[in-house]
Amino acid sequence: MAEPQRARPKPTPETQHFWDGTQAGELRLQRCDACAHVYFPPRPFCPSCASRKVSIFKASGKGFLYSYVINHRPAAPGFTPPYAIAVVELAEGPRMMSNIIDCPQTPEALELDMKLEVAFEKLDDKITLPVFRPAKG
Amino acid sequence: MRRNQVAVVGAAETTELGVIPNMSQLQLHADAALNAIADAGLKLSDIDGFATAVETPQQVCHYLGIKPTWVDGTSVGGCSFMLHVRHAAAAIEAGLCKTVLITHAESGKSMIGKQPRFTAADSLNGQFEAPYGVYGPPSMFPIPVLRFMKTYGITHEQLASVAVVQREWAAKNPRAMMKDPITVADVLNSRMIAYPFRLLQCCLVTDGGGALILTSADRAKDFPRKPVYIMGTGESVETPMVSQMETFNSSRAFKTAGPLAFKEAGIAHKDVDHLMIYDAFAHLPLFGLGDLGFMPHEETGRFIADGNTRPGGKLPLNTNGGGLSYMHSGMYGMYALQESVRQMRGIAPAQVPNAKISVCHGVGGMFAASGTIVFTNER
Repeated sequence: MAEPQRARPKPTPETQHFWDGTQAGELRLQRCDACAHVYFPPRPFCPSCASRKVSIFKASGKGFLYSYVINHRPAAPGFTPPYAIAVVELAEGPRMMSNIIDCPQTPEALELDMKLEVAFEKLDDKITLPVFRPAKG
Repeated sequence: MRRNQVAVVGAAETTELGVIPNMSQLQLHADAALNAIADAGLKLSDIDGFATAVETPQQVCHYLGIKPTWVDGTSVGGCSFMLHVRHAAAAIEAGLCKTVLITHAESGKSMIGKQPRFTAADSLNGQFEAPYGVYGPPSMFPIPVLRFMKTYGITHEQLASVAVVQREWAAKNPRAMMKDPITVADVLNSRMIAYPFRLLQCCLVTDGGGALILTSADRAKDFPRKPVYIMGTGESVETPMVSQMETFNSSRAFKTAGPLAFKEAGIAHKDVDHLMIYDAFAHLPLFGLGDLGFMPHEETGRFIADGNTRPGGKLPLNTNGGGLSYMHSGMYGMYALQESVRQMRGIAPAQVPNAKISVCHGVGGMFAASGTIVFTNER
Protein backbone atom coordinates (compact mmCIF):
# COMPACT_ATOMS: atom_id res chain seq x y z
CA MET A 1 0.00 0.00 0.00
CA ALA A 2 1.26 3.47 -0.88
CA GLU A 3 2.34 5.76 1.94
CA PRO A 4 -0.30 8.33 2.84
CA GLN A 5 0.49 11.58 1.03
CA ARG A 6 0.35 15.12 2.25
CA ALA A 7 -2.65 17.12 1.05
CA ARG A 8 -2.11 18.39 -2.51
CA PRO A 9 -3.48 21.73 -3.63
CA LYS A 10 -5.69 21.79 -6.70
CA PRO A 11 -5.40 25.17 -8.46
CA THR A 12 -8.44 27.14 -9.62
CA PRO A 13 -8.51 29.69 -12.47
CA GLU A 14 -7.86 32.45 -9.92
CA THR A 15 -4.86 30.75 -8.31
CA GLN A 16 -3.21 29.08 -11.33
CA HIS A 17 -0.64 31.88 -11.70
CA PHE A 18 0.54 31.29 -8.13
CA TRP A 19 1.13 27.58 -8.71
CA ASP A 20 2.72 28.24 -12.13
CA GLY A 21 5.04 30.61 -10.27
CA THR A 22 6.18 28.12 -7.66
CA GLN A 23 6.95 25.61 -10.42
CA ALA A 24 9.14 28.30 -12.01
CA GLY A 25 10.86 28.98 -8.68
CA GLU A 26 8.98 32.23 -8.04
CA LEU A 27 6.74 33.31 -5.19
CA ARG A 28 4.09 35.42 -6.93
CA LEU A 29 1.90 37.97 -5.20
CA GLN A 30 -0.63 40.46 -6.51
CA ARG A 31 -0.63 44.24 -6.23
CA CYS A 32 -3.56 46.55 -6.87
CA ASP A 33 -2.85 49.01 -9.69
CA ALA A 34 -5.29 51.49 -8.15
CA CYS A 35 -4.34 51.57 -4.47
CA ALA A 36 -1.02 49.63 -4.42
CA HIS A 37 -2.33 47.15 -1.84
CA VAL A 38 -0.40 43.84 -1.92
CA TYR A 39 -2.51 40.82 -1.01
CA PHE A 40 -2.73 37.05 -0.68
CA PRO A 41 -4.34 34.55 -1.29
CA PRO A 42 -4.80 35.19 -5.03
CA ARG A 43 -7.93 36.71 -6.51
CA PRO A 44 -8.51 38.86 -9.62
CA PHE A 45 -9.54 42.00 -7.71
CA CYS A 46 -8.28 44.05 -4.80
CA PRO A 47 -9.84 43.08 -1.44
CA SER A 48 -9.01 46.55 -0.14
CA CYS A 49 -10.57 48.82 -2.82
CA ALA A 50 -12.40 46.34 -5.14
CA SER A 51 -10.50 47.42 -8.25
CA ARG A 52 -10.25 44.72 -10.92
CA LYS A 53 -6.99 46.23 -12.17
CA VAL A 54 -4.35 44.17 -10.42
CA SER A 55 -0.88 42.95 -11.37
CA ILE A 56 1.03 39.79 -10.60
CA PHE A 57 4.65 40.25 -9.51
CA LYS A 58 7.52 38.18 -8.20
CA ALA A 59 7.91 38.67 -4.46
CA SER A 60 11.30 38.94 -2.78
CA GLY A 61 10.77 35.63 -0.98
CA LYS A 62 11.94 37.25 2.26
CA GLY A 63 9.96 37.39 5.45
CA PHE A 64 9.96 36.58 9.14
CA LEU A 65 8.41 34.01 11.45
CA TYR A 66 5.14 35.50 12.71
CA SER A 67 3.83 32.53 14.73
CA TYR A 68 3.64 28.74 14.72
CA VAL A 69 2.67 25.54 16.48
CA ILE A 70 4.74 22.38 16.64
CA ASN A 71 2.20 19.69 15.92
CA HIS A 72 2.60 16.41 17.80
CA ARG A 73 -0.75 14.70 17.39
CA PRO A 74 -2.75 13.94 15.44
CA ALA A 75 -0.29 14.20 12.54
CA ALA A 76 -1.56 14.97 9.05
CA PRO A 77 -1.02 12.29 6.39
CA GLY A 78 2.48 12.54 4.96
CA PHE A 79 3.94 14.27 8.03
CA THR A 80 6.17 12.85 10.75
CA PRO A 81 5.58 14.57 14.10
CA PRO A 82 6.68 16.77 15.65
CA TYR A 83 6.57 19.29 12.82
CA ALA A 84 6.06 23.04 12.82
CA ILE A 85 3.13 24.70 11.07
CA ALA A 86 4.20 28.29 10.65
CA VAL A 87 2.77 31.60 9.54
CA VAL A 88 5.30 33.74 7.70
CA GLU A 89 4.94 37.48 7.27
CA LEU A 90 6.35 38.40 3.87
CA ALA A 91 8.45 41.52 3.33
CA GLU A 92 5.70 42.78 0.99
CA GLY A 93 3.09 42.58 3.79
CA PRO A 94 0.85 39.53 3.31
CA ARG A 95 1.16 36.48 5.53
CA MET A 96 1.02 32.87 4.46
CA MET A 97 1.01 29.49 6.15
CA SER A 98 4.07 27.36 5.48
CA ASN A 99 6.61 24.92 6.90
CA ILE A 100 10.13 25.79 8.06
CA ILE A 101 12.86 23.57 6.57
CA ASP A 102 16.57 23.22 7.40
CA CYS A 103 15.80 24.03 11.03
CA PRO A 104 15.17 21.84 14.09
CA GLN A 105 11.44 21.71 14.82
CA THR A 106 11.89 22.94 18.39
CA PRO A 107 10.83 26.03 20.36
CA GLU A 108 14.53 26.82 20.91
CA ALA A 109 15.36 26.85 17.20
CA LEU A 110 12.12 28.44 16.02
CA GLU A 111 12.40 31.97 17.32
CA LEU A 112 9.58 34.39 16.58
CA ASP A 113 10.70 37.19 14.24
CA MET A 114 13.61 35.14 12.82
CA LYS A 115 14.35 36.04 9.22
CA LEU A 116 13.25 33.53 6.60
CA GLU A 117 13.61 33.03 2.87
CA VAL A 118 11.49 31.06 0.48
CA ALA A 119 12.45 27.64 -0.86
CA PHE A 120 10.51 25.34 -3.14
CA GLU A 121 9.50 21.76 -2.51
CA LYS A 122 8.35 19.80 -5.54
CA LEU A 123 5.47 17.47 -4.69
CA ASP A 124 4.81 16.15 -8.20
CA ASP A 125 4.86 17.28 -11.83
CA LYS A 126 2.03 19.75 -11.23
CA ILE A 127 2.54 21.13 -7.74
CA THR A 128 5.53 22.76 -6.08
CA LEU A 129 4.98 24.14 -2.58
CA PRO A 130 6.59 27.30 -1.26
CA VAL A 131 8.27 26.61 2.10
CA PHE A 132 10.71 28.71 4.11
CA ARG A 133 14.17 28.28 5.63
CA PRO A 134 16.19 30.46 7.99
CA ALA A 135 17.69 33.31 5.96
CA LYS A 136 21.43 33.12 5.34
CA GLY A 137 23.52 35.93 6.78
CA MET B 1 -32.47 45.93 18.06
CA ARG B 2 -34.46 47.05 21.12
CA ARG B 3 -33.33 45.47 24.38
CA ASN B 4 -35.39 43.03 26.45
CA GLN B 5 -38.15 42.54 23.85
CA VAL B 6 -37.48 38.81 23.42
CA ALA B 7 -36.85 36.16 26.07
CA VAL B 8 -35.62 32.60 26.45
CA VAL B 9 -38.55 30.58 27.84
CA GLY B 10 -37.21 27.09 27.30
CA ALA B 11 -33.69 25.72 27.69
CA ALA B 12 -32.32 22.22 28.03
CA GLU B 13 -29.42 19.99 27.15
CA THR B 14 -29.63 16.37 26.04
CA THR B 15 -30.67 13.95 28.77
CA GLU B 16 -27.12 12.59 28.82
CA LEU B 17 -23.85 14.37 28.09
CA GLY B 18 -20.48 12.80 27.43
CA VAL B 19 -20.41 9.47 25.64
CA ILE B 20 -23.81 8.62 24.15
CA PRO B 21 -23.34 5.53 21.96
CA ASN B 22 -27.07 4.79 21.74
CA MET B 23 -28.12 7.92 19.79
CA SER B 24 -27.39 9.32 16.35
CA GLN B 25 -26.57 13.00 15.94
CA LEU B 26 -30.08 13.62 14.59
CA GLN B 27 -31.68 11.92 17.59
CA LEU B 28 -29.52 14.03 19.91
CA HIS B 29 -31.12 17.11 18.26
CA ALA B 30 -34.55 15.62 18.99
CA ASP B 31 -33.65 14.67 22.56
CA ALA B 32 -32.51 18.23 23.32
CA ALA B 33 -35.53 19.74 21.52
CA LEU B 34 -38.04 17.58 23.37
CA ASN B 35 -36.40 18.45 26.69
CA ALA B 36 -36.59 22.18 25.89
CA ILE B 37 -40.21 21.88 24.76
CA ALA B 38 -41.05 20.21 28.08
CA ASP B 39 -39.07 22.85 29.97
CA ALA B 40 -41.17 25.58 28.32
CA GLY B 41 -44.47 23.71 28.82
CA LEU B 42 -45.12 23.79 25.06
CA LYS B 43 -46.14 21.34 22.34
CA LEU B 44 -44.10 20.84 19.17
CA SER B 45 -47.01 22.34 17.22
CA ASP B 46 -46.44 25.64 19.05
CA ILE B 47 -43.05 26.05 17.32
CA ASP B 48 -43.28 28.23 14.19
CA GLY B 49 -39.64 29.25 13.87
CA PHE B 50 -36.57 27.02 13.77
CA ALA B 51 -32.79 27.40 13.59
CA THR B 52 -29.90 24.97 13.62
CA ALA B 53 -26.36 24.57 12.28
CA VAL B 54 -24.48 21.78 10.43
CA GLU B 55 -27.66 19.71 10.11
CA THR B 56 -30.14 21.51 7.86
CA PRO B 57 -33.36 23.04 9.20
CA GLN B 58 -35.37 20.79 6.88
CA GLN B 59 -33.65 17.69 8.26
CA VAL B 60 -34.33 18.47 11.90
CA CYS B 61 -37.79 20.03 11.32
CA HIS B 62 -39.00 16.98 9.41
CA TYR B 63 -37.57 14.59 11.99
CA LEU B 64 -39.35 16.48 14.78
CA GLY B 65 -42.55 17.11 12.82
CA ILE B 66 -42.24 20.91 12.98
CA LYS B 67 -43.87 23.06 10.26
CA PRO B 68 -42.06 26.40 10.50
CA THR B 69 -42.81 29.74 8.83
CA TRP B 70 -39.26 31.01 9.55
CA VAL B 71 -35.98 29.12 9.47
CA ASP B 72 -32.30 30.00 9.88
CA GLY B 73 -29.53 27.61 8.86
CA THR B 74 -26.64 29.94 9.66
CA SER B 75 -23.67 27.65 10.15
CA VAL B 76 -20.49 29.52 11.05
CA GLY B 77 -19.05 27.06 13.55
CA GLY B 78 -19.50 26.76 17.29
CA CYS B 79 -20.97 30.24 17.80
CA SER B 80 -23.76 29.64 15.25
CA PHE B 81 -26.25 29.43 18.11
CA MET B 82 -25.38 32.92 19.35
CA LEU B 83 -26.15 34.15 15.84
CA HIS B 84 -29.39 32.13 15.83
CA VAL B 85 -30.45 33.83 19.07
CA ARG B 86 -29.73 37.24 17.52
CA HIS B 87 -31.56 36.40 14.28
CA ALA B 88 -34.49 34.81 16.13
CA ALA B 89 -34.90 37.89 18.32
CA ALA B 90 -35.02 40.07 15.20
CA ALA B 91 -37.50 37.72 13.51
CA ILE B 92 -39.82 37.66 16.53
CA GLU B 93 -39.65 41.45 16.81
CA ALA B 94 -40.43 41.74 13.08
CA GLY B 95 -43.44 39.45 13.45
CA LEU B 96 -42.10 36.69 11.17
CA CYS B 97 -42.75 34.05 13.82
CA LYS B 98 -43.76 33.82 17.48
CA THR B 99 -41.94 30.89 19.05
CA VAL B 100 -38.47 29.85 17.88
CA LEU B 101 -36.69 26.59 18.64
CA ILE B 102 -32.89 26.51 18.24
CA THR B 103 -31.17 23.14 18.38
CA HIS B 104 -27.60 21.92 18.44
CA ALA B 105 -26.35 18.36 18.68
CA GLU B 106 -23.16 16.61 17.77
CA SER B 107 -22.07 13.01 18.02
CA GLY B 108 -18.54 14.34 18.39
CA LYS B 109 -17.16 11.34 20.29
CA SER B 110 -19.26 8.40 19.08
CA MET B 111 -19.50 9.74 15.49
CA ILE B 112 -22.93 8.23 14.84
CA GLY B 113 -24.82 9.83 11.96
CA LYS B 114 -22.25 12.64 11.74
CA GLN B 115 -21.05 13.78 8.33
CA PRO B 116 -17.23 13.86 8.12
CA ARG B 117 -15.66 17.30 7.83
CA PHE B 118 -13.78 17.65 4.56
CA THR B 119 -11.50 20.30 3.07
CA ALA B 120 -11.68 20.35 -0.74
CA ALA B 121 -8.27 20.43 -2.45
CA ASP B 122 -9.36 23.36 -4.64
CA SER B 123 -10.73 25.47 -1.76
CA LEU B 124 -8.49 28.26 -0.46
CA ASN B 125 -7.94 26.30 2.76
CA GLY B 126 -7.17 23.21 0.68
CA GLN B 127 -4.59 25.07 -1.42
CA PHE B 128 -2.93 27.34 1.11
CA GLU B 129 -3.23 25.67 4.53
CA ALA B 130 -3.90 21.91 4.24
CA PRO B 131 -0.59 21.16 2.43
CA TYR B 132 1.35 22.39 5.48
CA GLY B 133 0.05 19.71 7.81
CA VAL B 134 -2.90 21.29 9.57
CA TYR B 135 -5.08 18.44 10.72
CA GLY B 136 -8.01 19.28 12.95
CA PRO B 137 -8.53 22.18 15.36
CA PRO B 138 -5.60 21.44 17.74
CA SER B 139 -3.13 22.02 14.89
CA MET B 140 -4.83 25.26 13.79
CA PHE B 141 -6.54 27.10 16.65
CA PRO B 142 -3.36 27.60 18.72
CA ILE B 143 -1.32 29.00 15.78
CA PRO B 144 -1.80 32.64 16.92
CA VAL B 145 -0.95 32.04 20.59
CA LEU B 146 2.88 32.32 20.51
CA ARG B 147 2.61 35.74 18.84
CA PHE B 148 -0.08 36.80 21.35
CA MET B 149 2.18 35.69 24.24
CA LYS B 150 5.19 37.56 22.90
CA THR B 151 3.25 40.76 22.21
CA TYR B 152 1.64 40.92 25.63
CA GLY B 153 4.14 39.10 27.85
CA ILE B 154 1.75 36.23 28.63
CA THR B 155 3.45 33.21 30.26
CA HIS B 156 2.95 29.46 29.80
CA GLU B 157 1.99 29.26 33.47
CA GLN B 158 -0.75 31.87 33.00
CA LEU B 159 -2.14 29.94 30.03
CA ALA B 160 -2.06 26.77 32.12
CA SER B 161 -3.99 28.51 34.92
CA VAL B 162 -7.00 28.87 32.59
CA ALA B 163 -7.48 25.10 32.71
CA VAL B 164 -6.85 24.96 36.48
CA VAL B 165 -9.48 27.60 37.29
CA GLN B 166 -12.08 26.06 35.02
CA ARG B 167 -11.58 22.69 36.64
CA GLU B 168 -12.47 24.38 39.96
CA TRP B 169 -15.81 25.38 38.46
CA ALA B 170 -16.32 21.93 36.92
CA ALA B 171 -15.84 20.32 40.32
CA LYS B 172 -19.07 22.02 41.40
CA ASN B 173 -21.00 20.68 38.43
CA PRO B 174 -22.33 17.10 38.57
CA ARG B 175 -22.70 16.99 34.77
CA ALA B 176 -19.12 18.06 34.06
CA MET B 177 -16.97 15.41 32.37
CA MET B 178 -13.75 16.25 34.26
CA LYS B 179 -14.03 17.14 37.95
CA ASP B 180 -10.73 16.14 39.60
CA PRO B 181 -8.62 19.13 40.71
CA ILE B 182 -5.53 19.91 38.63
CA THR B 183 -2.50 22.16 39.15
CA VAL B 184 -0.50 24.35 36.81
CA ALA B 185 2.23 21.68 36.94
CA ASP B 186 -0.30 19.00 35.93
CA VAL B 187 -1.25 21.07 32.90
CA LEU B 188 2.37 21.77 31.90
CA ASN B 189 3.26 18.09 32.29
CA SER B 190 0.31 16.73 30.34
CA ARG B 191 0.88 15.24 26.90
CA MET B 192 2.02 17.67 24.21
CA ILE B 193 -0.59 18.13 21.48
CA ALA B 194 0.52 21.16 19.48
CA TYR B 195 3.23 23.26 21.13
CA PRO B 196 2.65 25.39 23.13
CA PHE B 197 -0.57 23.58 24.02
CA ARG B 198 -0.82 20.37 25.97
CA LEU B 199 -3.72 18.00 26.46
CA LEU B 200 -5.26 19.86 29.41
CA GLN B 201 -5.32 23.12 27.42
CA CYS B 202 -7.42 21.52 24.66
CA CYS B 203 -11.16 20.99 24.79
CA LEU B 204 -12.83 17.67 25.48
CA VAL B 205 -14.41 15.62 22.71
CA THR B 206 -17.89 14.45 23.68
CA ASP B 207 -21.44 13.74 22.50
CA GLY B 208 -24.39 15.92 23.39
CA GLY B 209 -26.74 18.67 22.43
CA GLY B 210 -28.87 21.52 23.63
CA ALA B 211 -31.92 23.54 22.65
CA LEU B 212 -33.39 26.96 23.37
CA ILE B 213 -36.89 28.35 22.91
CA LEU B 214 -37.44 32.08 22.43
CA THR B 215 -40.59 34.17 22.31
CA SER B 216 -41.60 37.80 22.83
CA ALA B 217 -41.03 39.24 26.29
CA ASP B 218 -44.75 40.06 26.53
CA ARG B 219 -45.67 36.39 26.06
CA ALA B 220 -42.77 35.17 28.18
CA LYS B 221 -44.45 36.08 31.48
CA ASP B 222 -47.06 33.34 30.89
CA PHE B 223 -44.46 30.55 30.76
CA PRO B 224 -43.53 28.31 33.70
CA ARG B 225 -39.86 29.36 33.86
CA LYS B 226 -38.40 32.70 34.86
CA PRO B 227 -37.86 34.56 31.56
CA VAL B 228 -34.30 35.36 30.55
CA TYR B 229 -34.29 38.47 28.37
CA ILE B 230 -32.10 39.16 25.36
CA MET B 231 -30.54 42.48 26.34
CA GLY B 232 -27.95 42.88 23.58
CA THR B 233 -26.50 40.98 20.64
CA GLY B 234 -23.57 41.13 18.24
CA GLU B 235 -22.07 39.04 15.45
CA SER B 236 -19.32 39.07 12.86
CA VAL B 237 -17.10 36.88 10.70
CA GLU B 238 -13.48 37.29 9.65
CA THR B 239 -11.78 34.47 7.69
CA PRO B 240 -11.93 30.67 7.44
CA MET B 241 -8.11 30.65 7.21
CA VAL B 242 -6.42 31.21 10.55
CA SER B 243 -3.25 32.29 8.69
CA GLN B 244 -5.16 35.20 7.15
CA MET B 245 -6.41 36.87 10.34
CA GLU B 246 -5.66 40.60 10.36
CA THR B 247 -3.50 40.10 13.43
CA PHE B 248 -2.72 37.37 15.98
CA ASN B 249 -2.86 39.95 18.78
CA SER B 250 -6.66 39.97 18.80
CA SER B 251 -9.67 38.64 16.91
CA ARG B 252 -11.39 41.11 14.59
CA ALA B 253 -14.62 39.10 14.82
CA PHE B 254 -14.50 39.25 18.64
CA LYS B 255 -13.77 42.98 18.57
CA THR B 256 -16.79 43.55 16.34
CA ALA B 257 -19.38 41.26 17.94
CA GLY B 258 -18.58 41.96 21.59
CA PRO B 259 -18.81 45.77 21.60
CA LEU B 260 -21.97 45.62 19.43
CA ALA B 261 -23.67 43.54 22.11
CA PHE B 262 -22.48 45.78 24.96
CA LYS B 263 -23.67 48.88 23.13
CA GLU B 264 -27.06 47.41 22.32
CA ALA B 265 -27.49 46.30 25.95
CA GLY B 266 -26.42 49.73 27.17
CA ILE B 267 -24.13 48.22 29.81
CA ALA B 268 -20.61 48.85 31.02
CA HIS B 269 -18.12 46.08 31.86
CA LYS B 270 -18.58 46.64 35.60
CA ASP B 271 -22.27 45.70 35.17
CA VAL B 272 -21.41 42.13 34.11
CA ASP B 273 -22.10 39.61 36.90
CA HIS B 274 -21.35 36.45 34.93
CA LEU B 275 -19.30 35.77 31.82
CA MET B 276 -18.98 32.89 29.39
CA ILE B 277 -16.16 32.93 26.80
CA TYR B 278 -16.12 29.92 24.50
CA ASP B 279 -12.93 28.04 25.42
CA ALA B 280 -12.11 25.48 22.76
CA PHE B 281 -8.49 26.09 23.79
CA ALA B 282 -6.91 27.86 26.75
CA HIS B 283 -6.02 31.09 24.95
CA LEU B 284 -9.60 32.00 24.05
CA PRO B 285 -10.59 33.48 27.42
CA LEU B 286 -7.53 35.77 27.17
CA PHE B 287 -8.43 36.93 23.69
CA GLY B 288 -12.04 37.35 24.84
CA LEU B 289 -11.29 39.38 27.98
CA GLY B 290 -9.13 41.74 25.93
CA ASP B 291 -11.21 41.95 22.75
CA LEU B 292 -14.47 42.47 24.67
CA GLY B 293 -12.80 45.35 26.48
CA PHE B 294 -12.73 44.01 30.04
CA MET B 295 -9.03 44.90 30.32
CA PRO B 296 -5.95 45.43 28.17
CA HIS B 297 -4.75 42.15 26.65
CA GLU B 298 -1.48 42.27 28.60
CA GLU B 299 -3.41 42.04 31.89
CA THR B 300 -5.55 39.02 30.90
CA GLY B 301 -3.07 36.28 31.81
CA ARG B 302 -2.34 37.69 35.24
CA PHE B 303 -6.05 38.38 35.84
CA ILE B 304 -6.91 34.70 35.45
CA ALA B 305 -3.76 33.36 37.17
CA ASP B 306 -4.49 35.62 40.17
CA GLY B 307 -7.88 33.94 40.65
CA ASN B 308 -10.22 36.72 39.58
CA THR B 309 -12.33 34.36 37.46
CA ARG B 310 -12.44 31.41 39.89
CA PRO B 311 -15.31 30.61 42.27
CA GLY B 312 -15.64 33.60 44.60
CA GLY B 313 -13.62 35.82 42.23
CA LYS B 314 -14.81 39.20 41.03
CA LEU B 315 -15.58 38.07 37.45
CA PRO B 316 -16.98 34.51 37.42
CA LEU B 317 -15.99 33.04 34.04
CA ASN B 318 -17.00 29.76 32.40
CA THR B 319 -18.86 28.59 35.46
CA ASN B 320 -19.90 25.22 34.01
CA GLY B 321 -16.23 24.24 33.63
CA GLY B 322 -16.15 25.26 29.97
CA GLY B 323 -15.14 23.31 26.91
CA LEU B 324 -11.96 22.33 28.76
CA SER B 325 -13.77 20.49 31.59
CA TYR B 326 -17.58 20.49 31.17
CA MET B 327 -18.12 19.12 27.68
CA HIS B 328 -17.31 19.96 24.07
CA SER B 329 -19.13 18.08 21.35
CA GLY B 330 -17.57 20.17 18.58
CA MET B 331 -19.78 23.26 18.57
CA TYR B 332 -19.75 24.35 22.18
CA GLY B 333 -21.61 27.67 21.85
CA MET B 334 -24.94 26.08 22.75
CA TYR B 335 -23.57 24.88 26.11
CA ALA B 336 -22.22 28.33 26.94
CA LEU B 337 -25.70 29.74 26.22
CA GLN B 338 -27.31 27.04 28.40
CA GLU B 339 -25.05 28.00 31.32
CA SER B 340 -25.85 31.70 30.92
CA VAL B 341 -29.57 30.87 30.98
CA ARG B 342 -29.16 28.68 34.09
CA GLN B 343 -27.27 31.48 35.83
CA MET B 344 -29.99 34.00 34.95
CA ARG B 345 -32.68 31.60 36.13
CA GLY B 346 -30.73 31.15 39.37
CA ILE B 347 -30.50 27.37 39.02
CA ALA B 348 -26.88 26.78 37.96
CA PRO B 349 -24.95 24.09 39.89
CA ALA B 350 -22.29 26.73 40.65
CA GLN B 351 -24.71 29.62 40.93
CA VAL B 352 -23.29 33.15 41.07
CA PRO B 353 -25.29 34.84 43.87
CA ASN B 354 -27.66 37.60 42.68
CA ALA B 355 -26.35 37.55 39.11
CA LYS B 356 -28.48 39.86 36.96
CA ILE B 357 -26.46 40.27 33.76
CA SER B 358 -24.66 37.48 31.91
CA VAL B 359 -22.48 37.95 28.82
CA CYS B 360 -22.08 34.92 26.58
CA HIS B 361 -19.38 35.14 23.92
CA GLY B 362 -18.80 32.54 21.23
CA VAL B 363 -16.25 31.72 18.57
CA GLY B 364 -16.76 29.81 15.32
CA GLY B 365 -14.04 28.00 13.40
CA MET B 366 -10.51 29.17 14.22
CA PHE B 367 -11.42 32.78 15.07
CA ALA B 368 -13.48 32.67 11.84
CA ALA B 369 -16.72 33.93 13.37
CA SER B 370 -18.11 35.34 16.57
CA GLY B 371 -21.40 35.97 18.33
CA THR B 372 -22.11 37.68 21.64
CA ILE B 373 -25.35 37.67 23.64
CA VAL B 374 -26.05 39.76 26.74
CA PHE B 375 -28.75 38.19 28.93
CA THR B 376 -30.59 39.64 31.91
CA ASN B 377 -33.26 38.37 34.29
CA GLU B 378 -34.68 41.84 34.92
CA ARG B 379 -36.81 43.75 32.48
